[in-house]
Amino acid sequence: MSTVPKRVFTRRRLLNTGVTAAVVLPGLSGALKAQAREVVLYNWDSYIDPETIPAFQEETGIRVRYDLFASNDELFAKLRAGNPGYDVVFPSNDWVARMIAADMLMPLDHDRIPNLANIMPRFMDPRHDPGRAHSVPYFWGTVGLGYRKSVASPTSWGVIYTDGTHAGRIAVQREIDTLLAGLKYLGYSINTTDPDEIEDAVQLLLQAKAGFKTFAPDTGQDLLLSREVDLALEYNGDVLQVMQEDDDLSFVVPEEGTILWEDDMVVPRGAPHVEEAHAFIDFVHDAENNARIAEWVMYPTPNAAAKELLPQEIIGNPAIFPPDAVLDRSEFALYQGEEIQQMRNDAMTRVLAG
Amino acid sequence: MQSWREQPAAFFVFILPATLWLLAFFLIPLALIWVISFGERVGPVDIAFTWTSANYLDALDPLYLKLFWRSLWIAAVATAVVLVVAFPVAFAIAFAPPRAKPLLLLLVVLPFWTNMLIRTYAMLAVLRGNGYLNWTLEGLWEATRLLLTPIGLGWLTGERFVPLELLYNNTAVVFGIVYVYLPFMVLPLYASLERLDRSLLEASLDLGASQLRTFLAVVVPMARPGIVSGLMLVFIPAIGTFLISDLLGGPDSQLLGNIIERQFKAANNWPLGAAMSFLLLYVAFALLLVRAWLGARGLRDA
Repeated sequence: MSTVPKRVFTRRRLLNTGVTAAVVLPGLSGALKAQAREVVLYNWDSYIDPETIPAFQEETGIRVRYDLFASNDELFAKLRAGNPGYDVVFPSNDWVARMIAADMLMPLDHDRIPNLANIMPRFMDPRHDPGRAHSVPYFWGTVGLGYRKSVASPTSWGVIYTDGTHAGRIAVQREIDTLLAGLKYLGYSINTTDPDEIEDAVQLLLQAKAGFKTFAPDTGQDLLLSREVDLALEYNGDVLQVMQEDDDLSFVVPEEGTILWEDDMVVPRGAPHVEEAHAFIDFVHDAENNARIAEWVMYPTPNAAAKELLPQEIIGNPAIFPPDAVLDRSEFALYQGEEIQQMRNDAMTRVLAG
Repeated sequence: MQSWREQPAAFFVFILPATLWLLAFFLIPLALIWVISFGERVGPVDIAFTWTSANYLDALDPLYLKLFWRSLWIAAVATAVVLVVAFPVAFAIAFAPPRAKPLLLLLVVLPFWTNMLIRTYAMLAVLRGNGYLNWTLEGLWEATRLLLTPIGLGWLTGERFVPLELLYNNTAVVFGIVYVYLPFMVLPLYASLERLDRSLLEASLDLGASQLRTFLAVVVPMARPGIVSGLMLVFIPAIGTFLISDLLGGPDSQLLGNIIERQFKAANNWPLGAAMSFLLLYVAFALLLVRAWLGARGLRDA
């Protein structure tokens, strides 16, 4: 993959402590609103290539200010008390649904985003936002196992939950995904609302816990790279990024299927630059721009026109675009209301605390 | 010195900014969290204020009490280690030549010039299996092997170097707390040791007390205000820590602070998080009361 520049920093990385490295965040105050055209983005770390922002500024004359968050929780916590001045933010699918439920998002004007025509039809009417009234897909991906090829060859989630041969060499995520993957291993739906099934997954994890090295704040790929662990439950793109630095690393979606996720571009209520926000969303889905970003972030794009422009080594890489058989067994996490959300989160808290 | 009663206007002018600051940025936010702790979640973002005690009952769940106990225990161990490490440091600075003192104190405070998050990440680089400390140990191991092999003792070193597991356990968390909070102990200890009347030490030694007895019977009692302050300054933030246990801890290192953070972020249950925070705050208050009581007793004794 010589076409892709090497990077040390990866998306969804490190800073899960509420301390986000604010690249540009001078007072997002009303004082600047009326003046030069600008758009304020709030995105994951390392989730856009270095050329797109300058190209957008050049082409449209709209100045971009860019701030970073490290988790959906952080994004939600920051916006729940009112929008501090962001125009486009990038939450994941179930969080988009939650934000719609809380009336935190503005409806989008599809006429101002002509490049929506490039989006694959199957992404245009998702359960979390019927008809794409509030969101435009950015990238999507899978959760799976990153592993060191010389010592492990996982095919099932069992390798981290029941197998035992890699005890002490496993990193899982502190996020809910660890519990959802456990549900998948047990043959349940990740969207189950049955308390007994969730309880089964809690028991599975409590027993597996002794074999975990740590509940990582989404740093599994770094732990793999530094040889702290041999197996890590991680997002595909994160592992792909470290695979470029170490040939002995690989990524697999276990045979039981997995959690699919999708990050969207949305405009939170109270955004000061709505028109510019639409212009940015449209720019991202221009085929060439989108292909360039996709090649850099190494996540599968929902943009059909852009996919045509991608090199075969990316389209043909099963760790980036998972085969249909894997997709058939996998699910998107759904937002099913606060009660279910609370039940899941309490279950995860019990795993962490137990 | 004049009493403030003679110049009440001037007194109030001077005290006003600090009072407003405390009110706006401490008491009002704290009151909000206190109110939230009696609230009830309705929907994803709204909280209804129903004055329910359910959050406090939830917070007293045995599972959370276990974490509370773990937090207290880890904080207590770490604070004890900090005291043992800091005392000689403070003692040495207090008795250093006057010209060296500012420099030594600067060295103690120097780590604060770097953000705590960065310092904790640096610990990762030092302690991990493939980190600086293990590299050093491996180098020493190889040197020992080179020395011992020619004289037929190479087998003593074992087949290969096994890196020490220094991270992702409770020891690492204690180590992290000790590292971060050490200056909070050194400075108050130094302040009280500095004021210590040297002639009392000489008198004790001249009258035949041993070094140890002098230390225990003269130095420690006189340094007590510093010791108590230091213990509070380290222990109270340590029971609420979540960053250190997040980064350095293993699967069994979750502390109450981590669970509180979870309620405010991932779990989106502010009322429960607020109730837990206040329980923790009440414990800190209780400790401050103990401290005040000890202080009062100390004055009476003296």
